[in-house]
Amino acid sequence: MQLTREEEKAISGEYGEANAMAYRILVAIGEATDAQNLIPIKWAHVSGVNYNTIGDSGLNFLRKISEDGGRISVKSSLNPMGFDRRNVPDLPQDFIDKQLEITSYYERIGITPTFSCIPYEILPIPESGTQVSFAESNAAVLANSHLNLITNKESALSALASAIVGKAPYSDLRTEEYRNPTTEIVNESNIENELDYGLLGYFIGKTMKKSCTGLCNLSKKTDFWNIKSLSAGIGTSGSCGMFKIKESSKNNEKISFGDKEFKETKDELNTSEDGQIITFGSPQLGFEDICKITTLIEGKKFTKPCKIFCPRSVFNKSEECGISSVLQKSGAEFICDACTCLTPLIKKENYDSIITNSVKAAYYMKTSNKISVALKDVRTIVKEYSN
Amino acid sequence: MKIKCKKIVGGITKGKLLFSDQPINFLAMLNLKTGQIMDTNHKLNNLTLKNNILVFPNAIGSSVGAYTIFSLKNNNTSPNGIICTNSVDITTASGCAISNIPLVYIEKNNYEILKNHYEEKGKYSDDVVLDAENESIVLN
Repeated sequence: MQLTREEEKAISGEYGEANAMAYRILVAIGEATDAQNLIPIKWAHVSGVNYNTIGDSGLNFLRKISEDGGRISVKSSLNPMGFDRRNVPDLPQDFIDKQLEITSYYERIGITPTFSCIPYEILPIPESGTQVSFAESNAAVLANSHLNLITNKESALSALASAIVGKAPYSDLRTEEYRNPTTEIVNESNIENELDYGLLGYFIGKTMKKSCTGLCNLSKKTDFWNIKSLSAGIGTSGSCGMFKIKESSKNNEKISFGDKEFKETKDELNTSEDGQIITFGSPQLGFEDICKITTLIEGKKFTKPCKIFCPRSVFNKSEECGISSVLQKSGAEFICDACTCLTPLIKKENYDSIITNSVKAAYYMKTSNKISVALKDVRTIVKEYSN
Repeated sequence: MKIKCKKIVGGITKGKLLFSDQPINFLAMLNLKTGQIMDTNHKLNNLTLKNNILVFPNAIGSSVGAYTIFSLKNNNTSPNGIICTNSVDITTASGCAISNIPLVYIEKNNYEILKNHYEEKGKYSDDVVLDAENESIVLN
């Protein structure tokens, strides 16, 4: 990869150790993805915040970066942490202290503490064609596929490095060549609700070996929740970073998603008939998603405990509009700043099983938290678990 | 015998080959204390990456997997080196870069040679040398 004289100086440590580390990360990625050079980006969304996921090693790394002078040079936002900062739950004090230490380093680096995995629903979207650097997997897929932004499926470290130096290696999905699919998934199943879209996404991630996939026989006009769910499914199970809903091209290689594939995907993730608690939000719910649940549950009560994970800004808006109180009256509890995925709030010691409409939550609950999952779409959940 | 590879993260190391034709979600599947893969759907379930040279297609899923690789290194449970056979993804590249774990990519025909070597000698084979600096894998 070609580096400018300034970039060479930075990597040799002339602009501080944090900058040098950031460049070392980007150069390794540049080598891995055959980039010729680094290009400017306008926005970095950084993951690796929850103490449950990065542990003491991550904490020490972030402390060092912040002490070594690592500071952002472009607009930067942050993924969820382990719990709600304004409503601290009953967790071990050590966890709380270390989680807050991690967030303090990110704030010192200058990253806006959004604590959200749906930055695209809470911050202004740059103009079409803008290069960004999104680590959160659902956000990277959605940004490329639905928002006309350009990013690779970044890692927690590459997005942090890009936040600091304001650049990313020019390769893979950042180049036009890789954004045109040569393989397509042909939907031959009856895809109706957000859960179906999530399962389709999970299948795509697992099957597709290329960075961009075509997606045929699927309506372009669909709810945003479905697009989120599809993006999250793709991001969870694979390395694919973009889909294009399109007409089939006769030259493209084709992979079918029929009733058999649908059933096999669901059987892998749906590991329980029932659960002890309902969770919504992985990715976190946006304002529209919350409105949809409100319409379904208004005047009724959940028959099981229900946790709703959303960004604080979405909760505040729901509160101002009188929507959060409707959900709270129905028995739902709001948790801001965090997400179902790898939350320390749902542990094997307390729960054997959960009910959710999220394929991403199902995968991480099953694999990491070792909790079984009843996967149902939101309408079915409200129908079966309210009166 | 020497096999050519492409250097992504430099260094020289050795260890036994641990083959996987399935990708790995580092965040979800790894036990940080032991380096074991803990996923009943994965063919390497219960096997440890520790001290081995991991040969696998690429990482999948969570972007936070890069920190998982760093945690494995700090816990002394990481693989000694990594060889990617499909593509070198950003998660693996950045995780290895901050952990100083040698990382290389091999082309399909070289992958076949490596795989044949592994299938002949299996886990009882001698250590192989992964020399990322000279872009070669040395088989005994």
